[in-house]
Amino acid sequence: MPAESLRFDAVVKRYGETLAVDDVSLVVEAGSFVALVGASGSGKSTLLKTINRLIEPTAGRVLIDGEDVASGPAPALRRRIGYVFQSIGLFPHMTVAENIGIGPRIAGEPPANVAELLDLVALPHDVAHRMPDALSGGQRQRVAIARALAPGAKLLLLDEAFGALDPVTRDALGGEIRRLHDRLGLTTILVTHDMAEALLLADRVLVMQAGRIVADATPTALLNGDGGDAAQALVAVPRQQAERLRALSA
Amino acid sequence: MNAFLDALGRVPPLLAQHVLLSAAALALGIAISLPLAIVATRRPRAGGVILGFASLVQTIPSLALLALFYPLLLWVSALVGGGIPALGFLPSLIALTLYALLPIIRNGVAGLTGIDPAVRQAAQAVGMTPGQTLRLVEAPLVAPVLIAGIRTAAVWTIGAATLSTTVGQPSLGDMIFAGLQTQNWALVLAGCFAAAGLALAADMLIGLIERGIAHRRRGMWIGACVALLAGLLLATAPLWHRAGGGKVVTIGAKNFSEQYILARLIGDRLTRAGYTVRYRDGLGSAVIYGALRGGDVDVYVEYAGTLWTGPMRRKDVPDPKAMAGAIGRWTQATSGVRLIGALGFENAYAFAMRGDDARRRGIASLADLVDAAPELTLGSDLEFLERPEWAAVRRSYPLRFKATTPYAPTFMYRALASGEADVISAFSSDGRIAADRLTVLGDPRHAIPSYDALLMVAPSRARDAAFVAALAPLVGRIPVAAMREANYQVDRDTDKRTPEAAAAWLERRLGL
Repeated sequence: MPAESLRFDAVVKRYGETLAVDDVSLVVEAGSFVALVGASGSGKSTLLKTINRLIEPTAGRVLIDGEDVASGPAPALRRRIGYVFQSIGLFPHMTVAENIGIGPRIAGEPPANVAELLDLVALPHDVAHRMPDALSGGQRQRVAIARALAPGAKLLLLDEAFGALDPVTRDALGGEIRRLHDRLGLTTILVTHDMAEALLLADRVLVMQAGRIVADATPTALLNGDGGDAAQALVAVPRQQAERLRALSA
Repeated sequence: MNAFLDALGRVPPLLAQHVLLSAAALALGIAISLPLAIVATRRPRAGGVILGFASLVQTIPSLALLALFYPLLLWVSALVGGGIPALGFLPSLIALTLYALLPIIRNGVAGLTGIDPAVRQAAQAVGMTPGQTLRLVEAPLVAPVLIAGIRTAAVWTIGAATLSTTVGQPSLGDMIFAGLQTQNWALVLAGCFAAAGLALAADMLIGLIERGIAHRRRGMWIGACVALLAGLLLATAPLWHRAGGGKVVTIGAKNFSEQYILARLIGDRLTRAGYTVRYRDGLGSAVIYGALRGGDVDVYVEYAGTLWTGPMRRKDVPDPKAMAGAIGRWTQATSGVRLIGALGFENAYAFAMRGDDARRRGIASLADLVDAAPELTLGSDLEFLERPEWAAVRRSYPLRFKATTPYAPTFMYRALASGEADVISAFSSDGRIAADRLTVLGDPRHAIPSYDALLMVAPSRARDAAFVAALAPLVGRIPVAAMREANYQVDRDTDKRTPEAAAAWLERRLGL
């Protein structure tokens, strides 16, 4: 199955007086790795969740491969979309293997190949029978990624997925996700507030501010000064940090 | 020790009833609580109402809750044209079920709201339907907390089930109540021992299920479930084969020794006439006549004045013969209950004082008591102060006591002896009046009506010739002296006899 393309068509999400997502229209090509960057409250997470209908938009449509996500039942839609989020949410009463196999199980499909999925996320096979509380934070997030990929998802949504991890684990896991993306031919959308992470992992970076997309550029273009003030303000942070580190070592 | 072992012999059939009632109430309580807990979690406003109701039920004393369902079911039964039993299993089941709700709902809600929101979000995100979320995620996570609630409910239900005796449902409470009335401590102890043992066993087994599920030890919780089920089947085994068939009769008794003795006396005669006899001991005065009318009880001994001032609402005080005749016509006309006849003795409310105290104060009648009352304490039985007789007495004699305290009948005599009470509402057929050398105060203004003991038969047995023939020889045969002696054999502190033995003694004494 090829990667899935994604289209937002004038999507609006309103909470009372507040506009969380303000008329976003956007196309994400199949097989691309897109980062959605912005400050807290910019609406990036809300926009992401309209894809698998954890949030229903107030107006507008989201289409996957040309098909409106709202056209069928939400559980069936979610079963073919991988979703990984910051608080991980492993089922504490299930073993690692049971957690990974939950998607195929609830869909009534043949059991997941747990060993293969553990290999994918670089976990040893012997964790399969452990309970989630016996794992480290990084291991848990790897299990969550394996769980998200188990139903054969081609669309992977990462909602601040590395936010709670230590920097070393975070860097390693980011790299692995990128390799998985390339190897499995996924369409991946990464929501993050960390511009460095976005620049290093994504093919395309979208910057959100107050519910609107204010920049849409490749990492190279952003580093060359494109994308406008809001984007450049975000790019400036890792750049200055890098320069200060270089100055310290010199 | 022997008396205790004898008393333990009475446990199995009562335990069977007790277990059946508790298990049924708990099962029903769980079935009702689970959906309510889910609703309460999903809709907080409804949840407030549900938890509020369950808490409110919990604040009603369990004894009162049981008693409340008697009039309620009578009313419902009348509304649908009869057929709903107002006594026995049904009211007990309803009351205990309501009682079991709170701990189960509360723990269910606590468990559900305690689930990490991230876990719920993950369940949604992997594509679970609400049903799958409930079954695969919420239920297993809530189970240990929920089962802890069920465990609490089980212990409460088993404890409160002892009180179902008061609405005519046999339980281990039969032994406790009868033992308290007759001061048969071995019987009380055996009843408490059995009830406590049952509660501990249920607590332990459900605790094992809880631990087994929490620690994912399948063998442990399945084993405990099997043991629980086996215990349930084993304990209720005495109920599996029912003896007697259509000729089972139920004899009612109120909650004091004389009633127990007379019930056994009646029971012996009916057994000899070929009936299978069951006893419903410890019924309240307000409940027992209704039970007879509805056929839950086939026969019992009532006192003329109780019907006269109670359901008949009469305030006049005619002579005993005329009164009995009027009562017989009234019961026949209003409900078909048949009055077989008066047994020959009276058990009236009689105000009594310690003999020496009465002499010293110069009190011989209720009229003399009026002036002294403000310095004295009245000890009464549990219902007297609410009864119309007390109102009638106060209309004729303006009595104002320093204090009034209700006691269980046995303790009322103790209170008088120890000086905690100075005047008591005694019973004229009580053997302790003579034995304790009490002075019975006269009633010169005839405020208290006659309390001739009357043999009453349910409408369904009124035309059962063999039944009536077995009881007819008792009419007019029991003089008050014999009754007092029999009562004293049960009530006295030393060399106590059981009501069965006193009934046998009475039979021999009267040549019945």
